[in-house]
Amino acid sequence: MGGSITTLAFGLAVIGAGIGVGYIGGKAMEAIARQPEAIGDIRANMLIMAALVEGIGLIAIILAYIS
Amino acid sequence: MKVLFTSIFSLFLALAAVGQHDDQQAGHEDQQHTESHADHGHHDLGCGIEHHEVTEYEPGPVAFHHIADQNIFTIGPVWFHLPCILYAPETGLSVFSSGKFHVADHHGDGTMAVDRYVIHSGVVMRVQDESFPMGEVEVSGFTGQKEMVNGKEKEVYYVCYHDQLYKLDQSSTADGGLFGGGITSFYDFSITKNVLTMLIVAILLGWMFISIARRYRKRSGMAPRGVQSFMEPIYNFIKDDVAKAMIGPKYERFMPFIMALFFFILALNLIGQVPFLGNPNVTGNLAVTLVLAIFTFIVTNINGNGHYWQHIFWMPGIPFAVKLIMTPIEILGLFLKPITLMVRLFANITAGHIVVLSFVGLIFIFGQMGTVPAGGWGGAVISILLTLFMSAIELLVAFIQAFIFAILSASYIGMAVADDHH
Repeated sequence: MGGSITTLAFGLAVIGAGIGVGYIGGKAMEAIARQPEAIGDIRANMLIMAALVEGIGLIAIILAYIS
Repeated sequence: MKVLFTSIFSLFLALAAVGQHDDQQAGHEDQQHTESHADHGHHDLGCGIEHHEVTEYEPGPVAFHHIADQNIFTIGPVWFHLPCILYAPETGLSVFSSGKFHVADHHGDGTMAVDRYVIHSGVVMRVQDESFPMGEVEVSGFTGQKEMVNGKEKEVYYVCYHDQLYKLDQSSTADGGLFGGGITSFYDFSITKNVLTMLIVAILLGWMFISIARRYRKRSGMAPRGVQSFMEPIYNFIKDDVAKAMIGPKYERFMPFIMALFFFILALNLIGQVPFLGNPNVTGNLAVTLVLAIFTFIVTNINGNGHYWQHIFWMPGIPFAVKLIMTPIEILGLFLKPITLMVRLFANITAGHIVVLSFVGLIFIFGQMGTVPAGGWGGAVISILLTLFMSAIELLVAFIQAFIFAILSASYIGMAVADDHH
């Protein structure tokens, strides 16, 4: 690492993934507030979605590393 | 039950606090070490290598050094030397204990070379030169410099022996140069800390589940007892919420695979967090997660049915022009799925370990800023609180990452075996 342009790519990648995970978490909270009885299903799906969005950030980080 | 939980939690707190204390002591040793370096000034080791003065504490390299794989296993202050199994085409197989390297200090530099193998910063490397003697000889120091190799800047290491520098080779890795590796002059099959931990975890899990399964057979129809009643809810949770929900009616065939993935990853994540137990960072090792992801890739694609392959190569129900775009994306996605599985587990566990180590590093940063031990003590108080908080989060992450790996594997398998529903 160090002060190179790839370091910037880390940050930019994480911004996008962070916005995505934030939306997922927020919407899941709304859904739970609306239907508290479906908390189990919502939580499981929230985790899967968060993991998938996180994957995009991870791919970008890997590309930043190996470039 | 409440009493049990309270006692377990307080035990965990006590252990974490003791772990901190241990790290702190190591820190003081580090400080003393630094001072002694400063006293001696430049200490010549031969070949013009100077034992570089450690003036400033660098948290980054220290953290990366502590999450790396090693040839020793430490339980508290006790060091267990693990066997090195090394193979070079020219000199054949060499099997010896890593204690033969005579690693004196915590930097992981060995003072002896065995069959042209040396250890530098905890990494086994080999001298390429034919003139270097076989057997055990004493070496006097290591040095490294940045060099251009095949158009890429790489750190190349040298060892000093009888006032002469010898170039060192890293062990071969099959990543095709993607992460800086490649095929070199030797192969490393050593039983390292990570390998030993995986073997221990595999044996423990096997023994536990076989004994539980035997008890179900013996006491069928009766209420579960002991460790059985602890594992049953977890097992049922994975069966109902992961396997059945994601794979569908054919889930039973894949149950052993999903269960093995979940419990193996969970056990490895948790064992990496126990203070004093060597702190192996197994699931934070890219090679380990790569193999786990390859298993998922193979299981998914071997069981893929016609619909699955049709959806990848020629997605039905969309216009021709879109098909031309979708096919390459789907083929890329075929490989991206296991790659993200691999990187997700690796990145999460590694990040957690690095954060914990950075918090421990606060002790030294505060201590150096004040240049008095009192600063270190102040840093220690902050460090203990932050590390405790991080350990609690890591405990959660250990479960979530094992769950995510299992549920995503199950969903990929589910996609591959699903019947057509158009």
